[in-house]
Amino acid sequence: MTLTTKLFSAAAGIALSAGAALAEPAIIYDLGGKFDKSFNESAFNGASRWAEETGESFAEVELQSEAQREQALRRFAEQGLNPIVTTGFSFASVLEQVAPDYPDTTFMIVDSVVDQPNVRSVVFDEHTGSYLVGVMAAMASESHTVGFVGGMDIPLIRKFACGYAQGVKATDPEAEVLANMVGTTPAAWADPVRGSELAQAQISQGADVIFAAAGASGIGVLQTVADEGVMGIGVDSNQNYLHPDNMLTSMVKRVDNSVYDAFSAGESLEPGVVTMGISDEGVGAAIDEYNEGRVTDEMRTALDEARAGIEDGSIEVHDYASDETCDAISF
Amino acid sequence: MADAAPAIELKGISKSFGPVQANKDISFKVMPGTIHGIIGENGAGKSTLMSILYGFYKADAGEITIHGTPIDITDSQTAIRAGIGMVFQHFKLVPNFTVLENVVLGAEDSGLLRPSLARARRELKALAEEYELNVDPDAVVEDIGVGMQQRVEILKALYRQADILILDEPTGVLTPAEADHLFRILGNLKDQGKTVILITHKLREIMEATDAVSVMRRGEMIETVTTAGTNPTELAELMVGRTVLLQVDKTPATPGAPVLQVSDLKVEHDGVARVKGVSFEVRAGEILGIAGVAGNGQSELLEVLGGYRPATGRATVNGVDLPLSGRGADGRSRRDAGIAHVPEDRQSEGLVMEFAAWENVGFGYHHTDRYSRGTLMDHAALKADCAAKMERFDVRPPNPNLLAKNFSGGNQQKIVVAREMECDPDLLLVGQPTRGVDIGAIEFIHQQIVALRDAGKAVLLVSVELDEILSLSDRVAVMFDGRIMGERQASETNERELGLLMAGITDTDAPHSEAEIEANLARRSASAEKEA
Amino acid sequence: MQKMPQWADVLLIPLVSLILAAFFSAVVILAIGENPWEALKIMVEGALGSTYGWGYTLYYATNFIFTGLAVAVANHAKMFNIGGEGQAVMGGLGVALVCLYIPFPHWTLALLAAAATAAVFGAAWAAIPALLQAKRGSHIVITTIMFNFIAASLLNYFLIGPLKADGMEPATARFPEAARLPTFQDMFSSPDNPLFRGAPANVAFFVAILACIAVWLLIWRSRLGYEIRSFGWSEPAARYAGISPVRIIMLTMLISGGLAGMMAINNVMGEAERLVLNSAEGAGFIGIAVALMGRSHPLGVFLAAVLFGFLYQGGAELSLWTGIPRDMVVVIQALVILFTGALDNMVRMPLERVFSTLRRAPKPDSKSTTARTAE
Repeated sequence: MTLTTKLFSAAAGIALSAGAALAEPAIIYDLGGKFDKSFNESAFNGASRWAEETGESFAEVELQSEAQREQALRRFAEQGLNPIVTTGFSFASVLEQVAPDYPDTTFMIVDSVVDQPNVRSVVFDEHTGSYLVGVMAAMASESHTVGFVGGMDIPLIRKFACGYAQGVKATDPEAEVLANMVGTTPAAWADPVRGSELAQAQISQGADVIFAAAGASGIGVLQTVADEGVMGIGVDSNQNYLHPDNMLTSMVKRVDNSVYDAFSAGESLEPGVVTMGISDEGVGAAIDEYNEGRVTDEMRTALDEARAGIEDGSIEVHDYASDETCDAISF
Repeated sequence: MADAAPAIELKGISKSFGPVQANKDISFKVMPGTIHGIIGENGAGKSTLMSILYGFYKADAGEITIHGTPIDITDSQTAIRAGIGMVFQHFKLVPNFTVLENVVLGAEDSGLLRPSLARARRELKALAEEYELNVDPDAVVEDIGVGMQQRVEILKALYRQADILILDEPTGVLTPAEADHLFRILGNLKDQGKTVILITHKLREIMEATDAVSVMRRGEMIETVTTAGTNPTELAELMVGRTVLLQVDKTPATPGAPVLQVSDLKVEHDGVARVKGVSFEVRAGEILGIAGVAGNGQSELLEVLGGYRPATGRATVNGVDLPLSGRGADGRSRRDAGIAHVPEDRQSEGLVMEFAAWENVGFGYHHTDRYSRGTLMDHAALKADCAAKMERFDVRPPNPNLLAKNFSGGNQQKIVVAREMECDPDLLLVGQPTRGVDIGAIEFIHQQIVALRDAGKAVLLVSVELDEILSLSDRVAVMFDGRIMGERQASETNERELGLLMAGITDTDAPHSEAEIEANLARRSASAEKEA
Repeated sequence: MQKMPQWADVLLIPLVSLILAAFFSAVVILAIGENPWEALKIMVEGALGSTYGWGYTLYYATNFIFTGLAVAVANHAKMFNIGGEGQAVMGGLGVALVCLYIPFPHWTLALLAAAATAAVFGAAWAAIPALLQAKRGSHIVITTIMFNFIAASLLNYFLIGPLKADGMEPATARFPEAARLPTFQDMFSSPDNPLFRGAPANVAFFVAILACIAVWLLIWRSRLGYEIRSFGWSEPAARYAGISPVRIIMLTMLISGGLAGMMAINNVMGEAERLVLNSAEGAGFIGIAVALMGRSHPLGVFLAAVLFGFLYQGGAELSLWTGIPRDMVVVIQALVILFTGALDNMVRMPLERVFSTLRRAPKPDSKSTTARTAE
């Protein structure tokens, strides 16, 4: 005990970091944790970018249990933090209840719609973004076989897969799309070994481009893709840098932009539903220094055409989530 | 110089476990080249004292001297280096290793096993010749008999250069003939200058085998005497601290109607026949003793009658069939049928050691109105009944709240016997009633069993102690290899006749040479051991 | 012979274990550059310093009481039920079915029906491993843990299939108003004196206390409990006494599973008010540590559950207000489990030695004392 006391007193000089001040913005990450190399991390990047540019600070918390969703929302709201950003559709139900209790606070939810006067709901057209990378995959594939590895089998991920398959089929009607999900539980977001196995299986069936929409499990998919010398497509964040020689592109979902915008707007953040799609670069196919060599001129042209078609409505990409069906691929 | 000094000298050894003082200021000497007996009731502190000598416990106070040199025995390695070898009651052998491997285990010369084994084989051969310790070095331990296993333990100690050998209750598992052989081996060891310490509670062995004997009682060393200058009665009195009756005082039986009738009862376990068709009956007001070396089917027989081992054949109590398998073949139904059972192993069956005494007095009868009200147990009734039983059966300490494991063996057995006798059974099954029980309690338990018989109850007694069988039973049946070899009136037989039956030698009146018996014994104990 | 007085066994050992765990946690916190003393203050204040904190602490504790009791009951029969997680998940499924499809006039009826259904679902989930153990000797540890995975998959099936509500999330719809349990806030707050604001502790806590009492009665007062304990201490003795091992294994596991299942009235019915994926969130496993620390006694389980509730709520506050990452909070929780559970003997043995020395020392008994001083 005396030793503990000594250590405590020795440590007295070290101050705790993030003490939250008033009217700061706050962000609550979902159970996946902020360094998931994907969705939550993208949100974190947006918040950090804002903090760096403005020199201001923000509060953040990673959840450990379901009960903490409401707890964190209320605690941050009571502390006067504003706006409060939540990442992930799992917050929808809780936010529905909590938001009315704090009418002066603006909340933001990503990936779901909460119909409350003080909530901004940001949703993304993942199906159109996936359509674009599907177009690229079909053009890059020499075997006319492409793969899709999803994380947890939920409608959102099927929405990715469906859009992707439509893009592939529109470009190469003969092409085959192999689709697998890592699992049916949340653990499916964090199982790179299983991701790797699925990628291996798809490669052995002839796939030479694989789209990984599987959170941290996708890391395993992309690693295998690189090891086997085929091409991979990343998701959410721009993951092209992970394997510069083997990444075709990444289907970026600019969660970071939405968070950055929310933090920048501060207390005057507008509530309402905001859909981020191709036109506002909320989703898209990432082209950067790592993959520009692999993106042919034909691909760029095809991408531009697809983008234009989607924007003017001449190309209609079916959204799986709208009726939970998909003609382009069967699950 | 070693000859002048005692092989072992203990001065003022004390050892406590919490509030219990197991050894109080113990001092005694063992002279080299002798067989020294240590005798005392269970819980007298013999085993603790030997454990201190072997380094399992550290004494709280006192001094140990080996051959004149003071020594601090901190662990068994120190003890082994000081030349002390120990043969435990429960052998510490690896069952699926060969004899040779067991002997070498823990005493290998180097990381390579082969040279050690080769050396051990030579030494084993020499030792076997020297001490009449014949064992096949390549036999697997689980295939050889108990007597052989004990020899392996002795060889292990000798291989480690032991010149002081401690044996803890070595004859508990042996037939009389095997015990005789063991004592011949011990005699040879003594002749070669080794010192032997023999811990036992059997007065006969002390008288036959030892040169000097130390008597312990309640943690204290009462006296050390030369064996030649004492007699069993004196030793028994020293052990118990009062005069004891070594013979059970009983009148001839007056058997009534048959209570238990068994015919062609067979038990099979894992494909091995354990009981191969036995038939007998026990009448009201008589004690039928079943003698036999452990592992010849007696235990299984008791378990079948007690309701927790399936069998085929037929058994009736007062003319009513007992189910021998399936529904109704359980301990509770047996109790309802008027059968009480003092099991052979009170520690794992008769008592729940972690239960308090009062919880144990209702064990098996806990479903009766006596001990439960509706779905709840009647604690008050249990405690009151426990206190009363403790008084009637002189259980010490008379504390119903003490856990069963904290009573001595004798007092544990008294709790079991009290429970089983006081439920007014028609038939009492008794297995090894006095195993690990001190002399004072043996006397008491025997009197209770006889009293039950005199009250007109039937008693089936199973014991491996021939003395006990002979002094308690009215009739004796001997079991060997799952069969009953013969039945005798207790008053018309003797130890030698029963001993032959126990070894599987039936009534042909041909003279039996020692060698024949030996051969028979080896075969029998091997097969018995395999089944156990 | 008793090696230590009972108070030492029940209080001192957990206390020393906790101090050790606290010490190593402090070292961990120091190592990542934070102030352990401040961290402790945040944890204590956040978990115990307000009715709000207690509201969370007791909410978590309620979960752990149920799962802890489940493990404890099985422990008395020397069966290691590590399927509490799956049994709690199945209990949640039962609660959801009852709450979604039966229109209740009042929450009391809903609670009764939900508790019964949760218990039945949990018990049913424990019944299969129990039957395999009793009849086939398949080890209960293996089967119960396997059943956790099956339960998770089954729940997943229901939540992306038949029970799924509209929207993205694999979850059921919210339960109707009449099936919602009053929280502490509803029960104890007045308009002028708001208490337990927003905290999820609810009436299920009192059900958990009743469960503690019921388990105590079962284990130490009932005939079945007597049989369970004797079977646990010695199976041969139980068979000798005519206690059927099959019956005891089945009944014990049914009760154990039922208790674990009943956790759902707290987390599913009381807190979430709908069924979500992974609803049990590891409480079934925490129950193992709780039962271990609580020595399988209901009172011990209760206290240990509150301690773990404190760790959960304190840990949440730590994540909210400091830069200590979530994973470090898990490390701290794990240290407590390690020291109180797995390393029990590390603390116990030295303490036993201390006690046996202490006990001898003050004795004026001449012989042993003089002998020692003479040395």
